[in-house]
Amino acid sequence: MSVSEMFIALQGVLTADQDIREEIRKVVQVMEQTAREILTLLQGVHQGAGFQDIPKKCQKAREHFSTVRTQMESLKTKFPADQYYRFHEHWRFVLQRLVFLAAFVVYLESEALVTREAVAEILGIEADRERGFHLDIEDYLSGVLTLASELARLAVNSVTAGDYSRPLRISTFINELDSGFRLLNLKNDSLRKRYDGLKYDVKKIEEVVYDLSIRGLNKEATAAAGAEK
Amino acid sequence: GSGGFRKRKHDNFPHGQRREEKENVNPSSALMMSFKSFQLELDTRHDKYERLVKLSRDITIESKRTIFLLHRFTSAPNGEEILNESEVKLDAVRRKIKQVAQELVGEDMYQFHRAISPGLQEYVEAVSFQYFIRTRSLISVEEINRQLIFTAEDREETRNMTSSSLDKQPHTWSLKVTPVDYLLGVADLTGELMRLCISSVGNGDIDTPFELSQFLRQIYDGFTFIGNTGPYEVSKKLYTLKQSLAKVENACYTLKVRGSEIPKHMLADVFSSKTDLIDQEESLS
Repeated sequence: MSVSEMFIALQGVLTADQDIREEIRKVVQVMEQTAREILTLLQGVHQGAGFQDIPKKCQKAREHFSTVRTQMESLKTKFPADQYYRFHEHWRFVLQRLVFLAAFVVYLESEALVTREAVAEILGIEADRERGFHLDIEDYLSGVLTLASELARLAVNSVTAGDYSRPLRISTFINELDSGFRLLNLKNDSLRKRYDGLKYDVKKIEEVVYDLSIRGLNKEATAAAGAEK
Repeated sequence: GSGGFRKRKHDNFPHGQRREEKENVNPSSALMMSFKSFQLELDTRHDKYERLVKLSRDITIESKRTIFLLHRFTSAPNGEEILNESEVKLDAVRRKIKQVAQELVGEDMYQFHRAISPGLQEYVEAVSFQYFIRTRSLISVEEINRQLIFTAEDREETRNMTSSSLDKQPHTWSLKVTPVDYLLGVADLTGELMRLCISSVGNGDIDTPFELSQFLRQIYDGFTFIGNTGPYEVSKKLYTLKQSLAKVENACYTLKVRGSEIPKHMLADVFSSKTDLIDQEESLS
């Protein structure tokens, strides 16, 4: 094969590659749109009145996730199944965002951390690599860290809205999350950077709890929580 | 540190007793259990990555040494010897690549691509340099990949294996150099060819420079054909490639113009000063 023939062949490969990337970008753009819609919907909980109809908002968000699942189906068809990591960076951001949104919905519903399997199910993808388009563990953890910042904000706003018991529950949750993350040996990458922000969320929530307790505002709340146990 | 932290926190709460129950994280809760499994998964992944980085570095070093060895190649009688020696070295590199391939069994190669890419590029450079010296043509990516299919039967491994498990299936491992790694390796190759050209003039060889400039021009044309369809790194190399080509073309020009004036035995002197000039330029850029 002559040199020029070789380069023509290589150019063909590169162009094909670019086409795939273009296709992926299109789907990812639509997904980002859906993610924004879900986020807007869930942002409502930070408003005073929003606390009353959290279940309704979650319900609506879950409906949007069915759109996400269809979009995921279409994303899967855009590239060869065994080349996930080749194009990973294109959907990494939106996937982390969607993990956060799913985790937020699940938290609001049940006040528990969504498992990796459950997120994968909500998004219509697989939990492990062997079975196809999957949720990378680092993306899952990143999404969970976003949830932590959102909950710190929720703690503040729930006090404003007069809900004094929620910050305590958030505090317990975040503390457990923090202990969980402390088990991980993170490399010096983006996940590690985001994890470094977790301690500020923990601190923020502790401040809120402190403010409530020195004013005795959490008295009934703690009593209620104690009675539950 | 965390002990003091907790203590101070408890002072904040009048209902210390109850708080403590809530605050203390149960180490066997579902959340903690799943994070323990995440720890294992991440550690496994990072370990593999580190092993691959190390292999990649070894591959880089050995490939570089092979290139240095090949630069000693002249049409002198020991030429064949050097080629054989380089083949032995490249075989050693390929054994390392086999280990990489074994690490990547069942994995998505692109997940660890960043770890091994520098090594593979250097290998492409070495193997294509040797191929050029042998055949005066460019090795194709398919040819490179053909050499990166390994079976358990070759090499000393077989002896250990067959003795322990006779019925074991002969496994094959393979690694594919990506088109982009190949292109980057070839772009580096042109730098080596430029050096080869200059030194061969120094040795009084006046045919090689013309062959080389011809060959480099073909590669340059190929790269300009790809232009910016390729990734950023490829277009970045294009600039250096242009410089190498210019140096080779200038060398050929000088040979043509002054070659007829200067007696053959003095050519080497003319060029050794010319080489100095180019080296200086290089150290400046």
